Amino acid sequence: MRALKDTWTMAKRSLRHIVRSPDTLITVVLMPIALLLMFVYILGGALSHQTGSIKYVDFITPGIIVMTVISGIAYAAFRLNTDIQKGIINRFRTMPVAPSSILSGQALSSTLSNLFSSVLVLAVAFAIGFRSSAGLVEWLLFAALVTLLTLATTWMAIFFGLWAKSAEGAGSFSYILLLLIFISPSFVPTSSMTPVLRGFAENQPFTPIIETMRSLLTTGTTGNKAWLALVWSAGILVVMYALAIWQYKRKTFVTTI
Amino acid sequence: MEAAIAVSDLKKAYKRNVVLKGVDFTIESGTIFALLGSNGAGKTTIINILTTLIKADAGNATVGGFDVAKSPNKVRQHISLTGQFAAVDDILTARENLELIGDLRHVSNSVQTAVDLLKKFNLTDAADRRVATFSGGMRRRLDIAMSLIGNPSIIFLDEPTNGLDPEARNDMWQTVRTLAKNGTTVFLTTQYLEEADELADTIAVLHHGTIIAKGTANELKSLVPGGLVKFTFHDEEQLIAAIGVLKNEFEITERDHLTLTVATCGSTTQIAKVFIRLRDAKLEPTDFSQQIPTLDDVFFKLTSNKTEEN
Repeated sequence: MRALKDTWTMAKRSLRHIVRSPDTLITVVLMPIALLLMFVYILGGALSHQTGSIKYVDFITPGIIVMTVISGIAYAAFRLNTDIQKGIINRFRTMPVAPSSILSGQALSSTLSNLFSSVLVLAVAFAIGFRSSAGLVEWLLFAALVTLLTLATTWMAIFFGLWAKSAEGAGSFSYILLLLIFISPSFVPTSSMTPVLRGFAENQPFTPIIETMRSLLTTGTTGNKAWLALVWSAGILVVMYALAIWQYKRKTFVTTI
Repeated sequence: MEAAIAVSDLKKAYKRNVVLKGVDFTIESGTIFALLGSNGAGKTTIINILTTLIKADAGNATVGGFDVAKSPNKVRQHISLTGQFAAVDDILTARENLELIGDLRHVSNSVQTAVDLLKKFNLTDAADRRVATFSGGMRRRLDIAMSLIGNPSIIFLDEPTNGLDPEARNDMWQTVRTLAKNGTTVFLTTQYLEEADELADTIAVLHHGTIIAKGTANELKSLVPGGLVKFTFHDEEQLIAAIGVLKNEFEITERDHLTLTVATCGSTTQIAKVFIRLRDAKLEPTDFSQQIPTLDDVFFKLTSNKTEEN
């Protein structure tokens, strides 16, 4: 009970940080929106025949949502590392606060803010012609999958936030994840890629996640990779959570003698 | 009186850098304890161990009756730490900072607690400004105010007046005195002897990872010769004559143009002897005074001895 209350207190603090740094919101929301517009209006004409019966904007929206999440979680790493550098985390560590709530607060605020960003990006997609045949259940499943992915990658961000030597470096792991989104069927089907890239693209974790999201939104079915998507997301969550806790316990948060 | 803090044979090394070589001390409840030492002496390491931030390699430490290594959570119920650099949240306002700590300490009314502390620390006008816009002194005041929430019985202050202007420093001293008067145990570290002299009931001098002296300010002062007598002469001729008369029996510690400082063991007989020798030689100082040793003298004497031994 106490741990839950402390987690919420920590999350509230972190949400204030998010709301009060408009530049972060702009990066997190505007970058994916810009990409969405660019792909649809600049490259869409050339790429649309690749996606068969699916409208190009419908095809790429799930990938854009994943991109929104990834650019959002990078800031969780930045915020956590800043707390360490500024010493405020040591104030919390000397207080009778449930230790888990220091990290869980970040996870909660990151999840809430990323769901909010995803809704904004979806709204823009709707405005430029994205349509879905998903019913309420499919939308809920889609939301659940976005939440699970956000949680998994947020714990990854927490691990890197604890591990990094500087706040600036803390978020850099997200560039690799962003690259992975490009080497996946987010913007073009894997069938159009060279064999080596295709082999990689078809077997990397983002692929079943993005394909399941697309399947839920376009055809209103879970598709044939839903289990794989679930296993990857849950697996990353468990591993990254364990790594983050391990790093938290072994880290020396003090620098002065 | 029960001990608020008891430390025995505390050791800590960072890789090959041995920071604490076996530190012992006890602090009685409701007193002010000053840990005095230069930069890098290991003061912050002791605070970090006692506030559960790091673990010692060896030795025992209890805070508020609980072992810091075995029951850190119990210790945390009783303490608060104000570190060397104000640990305040720049993005939040002063009020939000206080309410945050109030919520985390589960005080019954964190909103009212914040209002009271803002008033007490003269921050009411700035209450709803972001802390990023605060001056150094205001940040410190907010930092201390945050430390007082939940009425911890033991407060750690790591170099609390570092970087403060004289006025802010006096405010801080007043706060520390008020805390102790209300029964709080205060553990502070400082590089300033004046500060330890001014505030502390007990002082320990930390040097290269060991406590080289501890006691009250007066006990420490008694470690250096108390019998320094300073004479002023009318002219240099008399001064040189006085040195000639005294140098065989007494140590001349300092000599200036017309002044001379003579060390005695401090007893009246010894001091009288100096005067008798001068009278017998028909030398008449125009002025004289007994020199009271300061903590600075103690500190330099102790640390220079230790360095020579090394």
